[in-house]
Amino acid sequence: MAQVTLNQVRKVYPNGAEALEASTFTIPDGELCVLVGPSGCGKSTMLRMVAGLEDITEGEVSIGDRVVNDIDPADRNIAMVFQNYALYPHMSVARNMGYGLKNRGMDRGQIAAKVREAAEMLNLTEFLDRRPSQLSGGQRQRVAMGRAIVREPDLFLFDEPLSNLDAKLRNQMRIEIRALQRRLGTTAMYVTHDQVEAMTMADRIIVLSNGHIEQIGTPNEIYEHPASTFVASFMGAPPMNLLTAEAGQGRVTLPGGDVVPQAGVNGHTGPVQVGIRPEDIIPSPQGELTLNVDIIEELGAQRLLHGQMAGQAFSVAVPKDQEAVTGEMRLALKPGAVHLFDADQGRRLG
Amino acid sequence: MADITDTRVAAAPLATRRKRIRWDHVGDHAILIAGALLMLVPVWMVFATSSWDEITIHRNGMQFGFGDQMGTNYNAALFEYGGFTDSVNGMTMLANSMILGLGFAIGKIIVGMMAAYAIVYFRLRFATLAFWMIFTTLLLPLEVRILPSYEVISWMNLGNTYTGLIVPLIASATATFFFRQFFRSIPEELIEAARIDGAGPVKFFIDILVPLSKTMIAAMFIIMFVFGWNQYLWPTLITTDESLFTLVRGIRQIVQSYADGSETPDYGQAAALAIIAMTPPVLIVVFFQSWFVKGLTESDK
Repeated sequence: MAQVTLNQVRKVYPNGAEALEASTFTIPDGELCVLVGPSGCGKSTMLRMVAGLEDITEGEVSIGDRVVNDIDPADRNIAMVFQNYALYPHMSVARNMGYGLKNRGMDRGQIAAKVREAAEMLNLTEFLDRRPSQLSGGQRQRVAMGRAIVREPDLFLFDEPLSNLDAKLRNQMRIEIRALQRRLGTTAMYVTHDQVEAMTMADRIIVLSNGHIEQIGTPNEIYEHPASTFVASFMGAPPMNLLTAEAGQGRVTLPGGDVVPQAGVNGHTGPVQVGIRPEDIIPSPQGELTLNVDIIEELGAQRLLHGQMAGQAFSVAVPKDQEAVTGEMRLALKPGAVHLFDADQGRRLG
Repeated sequence: MADITDTRVAAAPLATRRKRIRWDHVGDHAILIAGALLMLVPVWMVFATSSWDEITIHRNGMQFGFGDQMGTNYNAALFEYGGFTDSVNGMTMLANSMILGLGFAIGKIIVGMMAAYAIVYFRLRFATLAFWMIFTTLLLPLEVRILPSYEVISWMNLGNTYTGLIVPLIASATATFFFRQFFRSIPEELIEAARIDGAGPVKFFIDILVPLSKTMIAAMFIIMFVFGWNQYLWPTLITTDESLFTLVRGIRQIVQSYADGSETPDYGQAAALAIIAMTPPVLIVVFFQSWFVKGLTESDK
């Protein structure tokens, strides 16, 4: 059990490319922290630096109260689950799970007991003698989990562990991993590019883009108060609508002349970006905004209406029992639906 | 995908004309059969000849049919001591060949694997240069460097020893190259997982790399064993002591006596010895064929 602290950690590759700008944060003991971002944003690099698989260019990584910069991965007391499972193909499930313990000189009886205990927790008992190639994707993923938990590490590291699974299994494993991590109370870092995984699993989310941290917060904070247009559009499905508009005289005006309701401008004038989540909108004949619907997407539980507002792309999510037709419609907003961002930097205003 | 649909479409008309002779196949088969005969008839002739006494062979040449001296010839070839010093028989030569073949194959695999391991997994400053230097030695087989190699071995007083026979042949660019390609195909995550599991370089090599390379090792073993077994020039040069003669060398020794003009060479025995020399490599290839193919074509990852 341990907290993880990164202090001004930076990664520059020998060719001069900066994979990660100086980053500082702490993951409290027992939390599951998800690093999320598009590919190439530096999330895996960050994880691999904590694991010790990648050199740290600058700064300090601590696990517990120990600075681990110069400590070998094997001695950091961590366990990692890889995207392609990375099971040893020539070893049985039991030997796969026990290999790390064997290398640490634990005696056989003790290893067998720990492996059995982990296997029971993961419903793998009947597969202990099989080879990884005889298991399904989900079972292999569980073996990889088992290999991590038998070690009783201070920290779990997950590197996109669910990306190789099909959608249904992914949902199921997501819940299993979350439940397991809660039960064991082990601190975990979890890398994913899937924002649904991030929202559902995390105690705390770190959103990364282009090698810098955009925002750190609970799933709720990230959703309700995105710190930038990047976070606003990356987190949440369907993504938040972003409209360019003009602030002045205490209100925000869309290019067509419609005034965005609820938008306080905090003294800001000039071009701004207005963010509105598709699910924060209610179709209403008395609404202040006009949407020209082009396409209706049926999702089952809800419908997505795609169209134009003030000449810019805009989507609205309506419940399945609400009739929808293409053409013009009026929209009202739920309270607190409007987010304002700076036009150049995309930073949140107010 | 395209291939699968193509064969399915083609399969239907093929079934209806199955009984007709495919003339293009006849040509192919004629070539294959001719090739096979070219390889096998000499073997058959040696086998048949090994059942005749040396006088008949000397007078009538090699034989297609069987004679009555089969038992005598093989018995003599295997168990009769011969040579200049009467210190060597077929069994000794068989053992020597076996030692050479095994030592050669095992040595090459060990050296090749370790060289490939160093090149692939360690950040050596001149790893690429080292690899290409090793690779270049493919162009320098033993025959090219045979005089200096002989000098070195005789200077080290290793003439007439198994060490002298095997060690100069052990360095192998072929094995290094194949193992390098194989190691590079092993996923990076496996290495990282092993690192986190606390496996150091030696443990990783023994616990993970060697078992994963099993089929590859088998394939290399077959190639190298046969290659070592058939070595002729180097053993001829390095062994003057008859008790160290290999089979391939021994065959020549029997025929040699003709050149000395002393007596009629034991052609029958020579032929028997040739058959004996051929057998172990053939058996190895036959028994390990499936491993061999697996090692060179697929990888269990």
